[in-house]
Amino acid sequence: MEMDKPWIVAEAIQSALQAPFYHFILEGLLVIWILRLIFSKSYKIHQKETLTKKEKEELVGSWQPEPLVPPLEKTLAKTRPYRLVSGQVGKNIVVDGYKCKNFASMNFLGLVGNKRVEEKIEKCIRTYGVGTCGPRGFYGTFDVHLELEERIAKFIGAEEALIYSYGFATIASAIPAYAKRGDIIFVDEAVCFAIQKGLQASRSKIVYFKHNDMNDLEDKLIEQEKIDKKNPKKAAVIRKFMVVEGIYMNTGQICDLPKLVEFKFKYKVRLFVEESLSFGVLGDHGRGVTEHFNIPVSKLDLVVACMEYSLASVGGFCCGRHYVVGHQRLSGMGYVFSASLPSLLARAAIEGLNISEENPDIFAQLRQKAAFLQDLLKGIKGIELVGYPESPCFHLRRLHPVTPEKDLKFLHDVVNKCMKNGICITVASRLKEEFLSEWPASIRIAVSVEMSEEDLDEAARVIRHAVEEACNKCKGS
Amino acid sequence: MSGDFKLEKNGNANGKIFNGLNGHQPDLDKKAFQENFEPTPLHAAILTYLGYAIITVFGFIRDLMRKYHIEKLHAATEDPEMKDFVPLYASFESFYTRNMYNRIQDVFNRPVCSVPGATIDIVERKFSNSGWTSEYTGKVLKNVINLGSYNYLGFAENEGTCTEAAIVTAKKYGAGVCSSRQEIGNQDIHMKLEQTMADYLDVEACIIFGMGYATNSTNIPCLVDKSCLILSDGLNHASLVLGCRLSGATIRVFKHNDMEDLERKLSDGVVYGQPRTHRPWKKILIIVEGVYSMEGSIVNLPGVLALKKKYKAYLYLDEAHSIGALGDHGRGVTEYFGIHASEVDIMMGTFTKSFGAAGGYIAGNRALVEHLRAHSHSACYATSMSPPVCQQILTSLSIISGTEEGRNRIKQLAKNSKTFRQGLKKIGYIVYGNDDSPVVPTMIYLPCKIGAYGREMLQRGFAVVVVGFPATPIVESRVRFCMSAALTDEQIEKALKAAEDVARVLKLDYSADKSLSC
Repeated sequence: MEMDKPWIVAEAIQSALQAPFYHFILEGLLVIWILRLIFSKSYKIHQKETLTKKEKEELVGSWQPEPLVPPLEKTLAKTRPYRLVSGQVGKNIVVDGYKCKNFASMNFLGLVGNKRVEEKIEKCIRTYGVGTCGPRGFYGTFDVHLELEERIAKFIGAEEALIYSYGFATIASAIPAYAKRGDIIFVDEAVCFAIQKGLQASRSKIVYFKHNDMNDLEDKLIEQEKIDKKNPKKAAVIRKFMVVEGIYMNTGQICDLPKLVEFKFKYKVRLFVEESLSFGVLGDHGRGVTEHFNIPVSKLDLVVACMEYSLASVGGFCCGRHYVVGHQRLSGMGYVFSASLPSLLARAAIEGLNISEENPDIFAQLRQKAAFLQDLLKGIKGIELVGYPESPCFHLRRLHPVTPEKDLKFLHDVVNKCMKNGICITVASRLKEEFLSEWPASIRIAVSVEMSEEDLDEAARVIRHAVEEACNKCKGS
Repeated sequence: MSGDFKLEKNGNANGKIFNGLNGHQPDLDKKAFQENFEPTPLHAAILTYLGYAIITVFGFIRDLMRKYHIEKLHAATEDPEMKDFVPLYASFESFYTRNMYNRIQDVFNRPVCSVPGATIDIVERKFSNSGWTSEYTGKVLKNVINLGSYNYLGFAENEGTCTEAAIVTAKKYGAGVCSSRQEIGNQDIHMKLEQTMADYLDVEACIIFGMGYATNSTNIPCLVDKSCLILSDGLNHASLVLGCRLSGATIRVFKHNDMEDLERKLSDGVVYGQPRTHRPWKKILIIVEGVYSMEGSIVNLPGVLALKKKYKAYLYLDEAHSIGALGDHGRGVTEYFGIHASEVDIMMGTFTKSFGAAGGYIAGNRALVEHLRAHSHSACYATSMSPPVCQQILTSLSIISGTEEGRNRIKQLAKNSKTFRQGLKKIGYIVYGNDDSPVVPTMIYLPCKIGAYGREMLQRGFAVVVVGFPATPIVESRVRFCMSAALTDEQIEKALKAAEDVARVLKLDYSADKSLSC
């Protein structure tokens, strides 16, 4: 009603004029206070106070960073120099001038120095040169790579395989290609460092379960299931993975694959198996832990392995179903952004596969020799043997650990003594950054199928002698 | 060349560093630092967005058709046994792959069956069903001129001294090493290569690794940790980004080659310290590359060094594309600017591009290298470099640093880069980057032209690299030519003619100023 408006205003002005004087003062003060509050900066504890240019320059001038790396003397004092191998790392090697039998390189099938492989490498270099000069997407895909991928897929019995140019980068790129922030990965606590880097790069939630303890894993899976039931909408987009190794690099133990496949289907968790040490070792045809347990490869989501041990080449591969593996061709970082594997190394791997397929009893022989050596070393006082009985890669640890530094020194003494007596073994190298860095130090022994029974006997004898001497030295000191 | 180039004098009073050298020319016949990034022409930008919009709409329609089985689904699907599992991929994640990348798949991943030298043999493939299915026709396209491989000094050869030496080494050592450097994988050939590389770069020591990508991702975490600051160039390679992320340090990105932005961030870093606590950073590391392969630009090294000295930061220089390719003796971007290598704290590089091998190295003072020998993830857990590959690097290094042939190769590369770049500019292409860089990116912009360019050039007998999203920003698709010392003058002529022809067919002469060459 327009008539009321001017009337209300007039009434308001009249009542204002009639108000006592102190009203004006009070209200004036209130208005001034409000204006001050509006225009003054509010007080924040974390407010960046602007510094003057001179103050900034002073700060810049006075700031002292830490040195980039610790001083040279400190680094040299804490670390051991590399051992120098002159020539090939075959069955017999020359380390620091000592002629030894090689029980340290993981050359399981004895392919280093194989004449057939060398011939093929020569032909390959005369066709393709050495480097590939490009990533897979840009003229770095050679027919050798495609052939190797086909052969590996056929050998393992998977649909598709993918080659990486470095073993370490294979699993470290495969995991983040699938697992992203928000996903959950159940991992054995003894997994190798490359897997740990892959987990870190994926930014997913990591749940460690006790080494090879299926009950602990099941408990954790059930716990996760309970959480999922409470929030089914969220659970419908969170992917879950399990990452295990076929034979663990850190302990030599074998994983319980049938149980893991059972968990996969029961709890709807995808399974990735890292088979670097079991490829070319387990199974009647060397196909790995899947053949060993008689489980079809299609039941696993991804099999990852590196070709640097059994196949004595360089690089790694992932294999599995088309649906899973094809994704890495565009999102595996180490695949897309890195130059492809030099063709001579791919050819060496193919020849390695050829040799394995022609002599399928080589795998049983390898396992037999490994079991033989393990038997001989089991009885040695002062050390304990850790590993699956048929694994060619196993660990020797001090039976009664004292302190980490003393144990490491003990093991190095054993290694040095063995080397002087013609058997080359090595302490497993580890970094402090590794998860479970307080894992006991150990000597890692690698058995090659080239070793004869006499060699294995000699090795056991020398190691026994070295351990006894080292134990006596400790008792004496 | 080195030593008497002082950065502290000469023009730092106003903080602006013009032309990279501020007028101070160590070599009077050396050109000033000139980089070119012509802005996107408006009509190209509009058409590009329009192009992507049309493709997206069609993508949605095709996806719907595939969902309702009107169109056959060629892509691999999940195992029916696993239908109750949480889907492995979000359906939108691969939208781009399904609807854009797949259609032009024939220009990527081209299989090769010869040495990737000046000419290359490509195995022909035929794609059908919009790129979903492919088969080999059985034909091989022979002697396609190779403008795509990283073969800067032409060492991708299958005959000659390098090849013979590599074969001898392969016969002596075998292919693999089966062990890490810290265990039993350290062979005499590795030590020799490290010493040779250190001498070549004129630094105290060097350490080598089996893969260039892993060199970055496994070593940056050893140098910085949670309480350090990393200032990383916006266009750094994926391996550097991964290395920074794995280290756990705080990462701040500065605009590509922008010294003012870098100074601002450095100043903020030193003055205000860590976020929230304001405690000072333990170390500040600046990470840049020598030559950026997607932009063709060269880092403003004098500018970065000046800032580094002022703010006491450390500098990590990734010379993947510049080692062997820049500088009068191929020593990289430090030689190009007349700066001694000891001014850079950490010099990293790869052997893939200029040496025709594989692997990476980090060089610097002895304290750095010994620290990495003890703490590098790669030295502890990953196998060492394959011996024949080491030998290839040794032989090519001896050629580059000691012989007339090496100097000729370097000269030929510089000449080829210059000729090709100027030729493209005359045609009217927009060419990005520095005049001296061996990488020559030219802009295509429109998504439909990406596939077309690759196909047209192959028809005319040239292998080129076309790149689109996500390697480049979505509207800046480009063709990236990689120059090589192996390319003869005639081959460069032919390439320019073909490029001109294709530019006419596809209307790629966007450049506003056709007389950009001098």
